[in-house]
Amino acid sequence: MKQWTFRFFNDRISLQFSARWLMVTGIWLLAVTAVFLLSLSSGSNWIPLTEVFMQVTGQIDEHAFVVETLRLPRAMMAILVGSALGVAGLILQSLVRNPLASPDIIGITSGASLGAVTFISFGAGVISMQYLPLAAIGGGLFAALLIYLISWNKGVTPIRLVLIGVGLSAIMKACVTFMLVMSETATTTKSYIWLTGSIYAASWSEVTSMIWWLLIPIPFLIVFGRGLNVTELGQDFSVSVGIRVQLQQFIFLMCSVMLAGTAAAYAGGIEFVGLMAPHIARRLVHRSFPGLAVLTALIGAFLVLIADLVARTVFLPLDIPAGVFTAAIGAPFFLYLLFRYRNQ
Amino acid sequence: MLRSPMLKLIGLISLIATVIFLFLTSLAVGQTSIPLSETWEAMISYDPNNTNHLIIGTSRLSRGLISLVVGMNLALAGVFVQALTRNPLAAPDLLGINAGAIFFIVFAITWLEVSSLSGYMWFAFLGAAIAGGTVFFLGSLGRDGLTPIKVILAGVALSALFVSFTQGMLVLDEQSIQTVLFWISGSVAGRDLDMLLSVLPFLLGALVISLFMARPMGVFSSGDDVAKGLGQKVWLTKLVMGMLVIVLAGGSVAVVGSVGFIGLIVPHMAKSLVGNDYRWILPYSGLLGAAVLLAADIIARVVIAPQEVPIGVMTAFIGGPFFIYLAKKGVSKR
Repeated sequence: MKQWTFRFFNDRISLQFSARWLMVTGIWLLAVTAVFLLSLSSGSNWIPLTEVFMQVTGQIDEHAFVVETLRLPRAMMAILVGSALGVAGLILQSLVRNPLASPDIIGITSGASLGAVTFISFGAGVISMQYLPLAAIGGGLFAALLIYLISWNKGVTPIRLVLIGVGLSAIMKACVTFMLVMSETATTTKSYIWLTGSIYAASWSEVTSMIWWLLIPIPFLIVFGRGLNVTELGQDFSVSVGIRVQLQQFIFLMCSVMLAGTAAAYAGGIEFVGLMAPHIARRLVHRSFPGLAVLTALIGAFLVLIADLVARTVFLPLDIPAGVFTAAIGAPFFLYLLFRYRNQ
Repeated sequence: MLRSPMLKLIGLISLIATVIFLFLTSLAVGQTSIPLSETWEAMISYDPNNTNHLIIGTSRLSRGLISLVVGMNLALAGVFVQALTRNPLAAPDLLGINAGAIFFIVFAITWLEVSSLSGYMWFAFLGAAIAGGTVFFLGSLGRDGLTPIKVILAGVALSALFVSFTQGMLVLDEQSIQTVLFWISGSVAGRDLDMLLSVLPFLLGALVISLFMARPMGVFSSGDDVAKGLGQKVWLTKLVMGMLVIVLAGGSVAVVGSVGFIGLIVPHMAKSLVGNDYRWILPYSGLLGAAVLLAADIIARVVIAPQEVPIGVMTAFIGGPFFIYLAKKGVSKR
């Protein structure tokens, strides 16, 4: 198959793309664009696709409020959240070499929830809400490190990592419930809606600040990305081809937590996207990390866009958190995976 | 470990005494604290003109009794689940049984407008049966049979599904969040004795059947093949254990919401005390379960008085670290 490999800085950075990847990515890009436009045009009042297109390109101005202030940031947010979760899941699955790992099952998401709910309960009003992502990322980071430390016993086996993640996330969820029940009704409702995973009130300022947070891990992923493919082959092998395993594992874990924590900070607990997107992507293209990451991001974006679209149109005028629908698709998918890998 | 039958008997009697003591303490502790001697008086000669007796009779008695019965049930459900799946990490809540029962109850409240207590109970049984059955089926697929990791993962995924559906329904019905949330997170406060009474016949029935399960479970624990060779109808044992789990765990959820980890910890405590004989494990687990839940409830009331910690949160704080300990110990041995 035709492949293109790009190398920079004395081969320190290498990106590889295949012809098949180009085709598959093109198709998913079209799919995401289609759902994106659809989600701009549907809602409590339907705007024809042609008018949406003209509005976005600036030819007419009659739907400015609905499209540009309400729906566009929300759709953008869905795309960002989906991509971030997808890539976070991809990194984590390669890192622990277990197809069933994802940020929500391992407990990173509950750590982020704990960080965010602590912030909402104690910090709201005192500290500006724009630091909420920092709290969520901090919580996720704390959870990830704790899980990693506790499961460490001359190395980390995936099974132990998952089981200990399950246990820790039960404790952290208990802490979250504790704080919810303790705080006043207004805070409770706010936190609860946040926890279920929704992108209700996405605004432009949130979208831009989220982009800044997401930009941080990207350079690391470009530089170290190729090492992730090697990591999948096992630690001993990685050492023998000259990779600093501990350093890379740490960096990848941090990147995954940054991405998942940022997504959780802005959209709450949207579950199972980090599990599904990498699986679908791996089915479709080769294992080269950069290509896989781009495709996973697209698929994640697609899943969250669709889930949010369904969640806010099917039960009109009610608006259901998108997380309910990602779980509705994701949990059966997870059970299917469990069935598929039953002999491992 | 208590080795001789005499020691085990003494242990059993002192456990009963502990449970009675904790029960009376749970009647005594609260916003107005009542001396222990007076709670005893209220039990044997109830005087409706005495304010303290009135407090005990109207609010604290139901609470104490519910903790007592539910603790017992959850612990026994844990024993049965662990025996059935031959998995030391199993517990009704980890297998998604609690989440399933809660989902069906919330569904019944918000969509079918069921409001009778017996209605909740049947939906809880249904949810528990569906969730437990699915996880058991999914976990037992594959060459190795029921491995801990598969059972746990299936339980986690199914719980996540039920929890997010429950959350979705609650977001649609915003005014009930606060009440339902307190109930979901597990609480023994503010429940009427009626709630317990409507479920009680089933729970008592299950308790009685449990006592007859000690022998078959002992045989069953030596493996399917050996049990068959000894003439046991293995499928029947499994079926009865499954039904008991559903009634014990589902009924408990209908009364108190999701109280986790009792079913995980208590069987381990019992086994470390009396070894592997189910004739001792079952009564010990029941009593220990009651003691742990009563103690957790007392602590939950006093730590941040006048507010209360939901008891499900209390048990998760105790049980979560224990689960991690088991996971670390059990899996690294493998």
